[in-house]
Amino acid sequence: MQALTKRSKAVDRKPMTFLERIYIPSIAKGMSITFGHMFKKRPTVNYPEKTRPFSPVFRGLHVLNRDEEGRERCTACGLCAVACPAEAITMEAAERLPGEENLYREEKYAAKYEINMLRCIFCGLCEEACPKDAIYLSETFTPANYNRKSFIYGKEHLLIPDPKTRPEEYARARGSRVKE
Amino acid sequence: MHQALLAIDWILVLEKVLLIAVIITVSLLVAMYETYAERKVAAFIQDRRGPNRAGPFGILQPVADGLKLFMKEEIIPNLSNKFLFVLGPGLAMLTAMMTSAVVPWSSQIVISGRTIDLQIADVNIGILYIFGVVSMGVYGVMIGGWASNNKFSLLAAIRGASQIISYELALGLSLIALLMLTGSLSLKTIVAQQLDNVYYVLYQPLGFLIFLICAFAECNRTPFDLSEAESELNFGYHQEYSSMKLGFYLFAEYVNMFVSSAVMATLFWGGYDIPFVNDASFGLQHGQNLLAILQGLSLFGKIVIFIFFFMWVRWTIPRFRYDQLMNLGWKGLIPLSLVNMIITGFILLLKQNHWHF
Repeated sequence: MQALTKRSKAVDRKPMTFLERIYIPSIAKGMSITFGHMFKKRPTVNYPEKTRPFSPVFRGLHVLNRDEEGRERCTACGLCAVACPAEAITMEAAERLPGEENLYREEKYAAKYEINMLRCIFCGLCEEACPKDAIYLSETFTPANYNRKSFIYGKEHLLIPDPKTRPEEYARARGSRVKE
Repeated sequence: MHQALLAIDWILVLEKVLLIAVIITVSLLVAMYETYAERKVAAFIQDRRGPNRAGPFGILQPVADGLKLFMKEEIIPNLSNKFLFVLGPGLAMLTAMMTSAVVPWSSQIVISGRTIDLQIADVNIGILYIFGVVSMGVYGVMIGGWASNNKFSLLAAIRGASQIISYELALGLSLIALLMLTGSLSLKTIVAQQLDNVYYVLYQPLGFLIFLICAFAECNRTPFDLSEAESELNFGYHQEYSSMKLGFYLFAEYVNMFVSSAVMATLFWGGYDIPFVNDASFGLQHGQNLLAILQGLSLFGKIVIFIFFFMWVRWTIPRFRYDQLMNLGWKGLIPLSLVNMIITGFILLLKQNHWHF
């Protein structure tokens, strides 16, 4: 840190010269600066046509993950709901019936899984708490809406598309995340 | 009775009414697009983009703004003076529009043998008329501030009114020097003297500078916009207004800007003269109508440059404090315009005396 003593500058208290007093030269100088700014490149990004690139650890909307065979990973263990500081996650578990082995990974799955986006603070603790790599935060923003009810996202909003039936959408939703 | 009706030149009346309609429409359109230009120019100066979503390049933005203003709720405060409350914006707009009646917009067009002068009223006291109307513009501000029943609006209106009347003096004095040169008050004569001649700005540079500064003050435009400053006086005398009455106040300011630019262009920069082109020979070659159209466009071009200049200065200079403003008006500009008058008179007498004492 620089020393604070002996750093004072003498203030220039000379009376203003005639040219300074009429302000016209300094006004002209200022106007030439603002005129120059009109021709400089603007740093505005034309959203939504162009987007600013996000970092790979950006915390956006939640996505419920599947594994490579298309089975849902989430087992409704409730660790994400407990970890969430805003209590935004609620779920109901259900047992996997014998015919549904290709849909769910383990015997317990989440029949109803809801995240209240108005409560969520996008901290990412649910992602850190999940033992099955079933939930992660992607790169998209929450879109706007007109009433509170439509902000409670159910499973159909959150689940990632099936890699077997819709592989390109699955790849797009995975984004640039490096996992597993 | 029939003779009296037949004796009126009805076609002249029709011409004038049409001309008035056209000029009012053009003024309002220009004022509308001035709001758009203001935002765009401000954005470009501040390294951003301005409105570009409503229509291509945001061209329909003023339409959207106008629609928004129409749709808002019309609030008239309970304790205000209702008649004066509604009268204020109307007066402001009226005086702004009335000034445009004496400005010569172009020379003449010839339609089926009839010569139509493109100037609504060629009074031979044109400049005096402009001053009279501009002085009445104070009423719009004062009535708006008083009728709002709001201390801050009243304070702002008083400041605004005192600013306007102080700078009117310097305006008039700077024009006296110009009048010494032209010898006539009629705007048409002044433009006719500058056609294909040297523009008066070269004869009266100091006069033009004073006129320009006073025009800024008359239009309540930064750096003199203390009466409508948002941070100083809570938006000033148009604080209590909503919807279209506020729209009228804001529009009246822009129409004032447009007409002040027109007057400046007419008095000092040759009006509808096309620069670097010999108008008379062009008219003989290509016909009077085409010449009139091009002359109107050239006046319009000059007005656009002045409006850009108004906006450019607004986004460069910070606001004046009230005492600095009054100092500048009374102790700076009035002596300066008197000096300008003396120098002009001196040089004119010298010239009359064939350049020797």
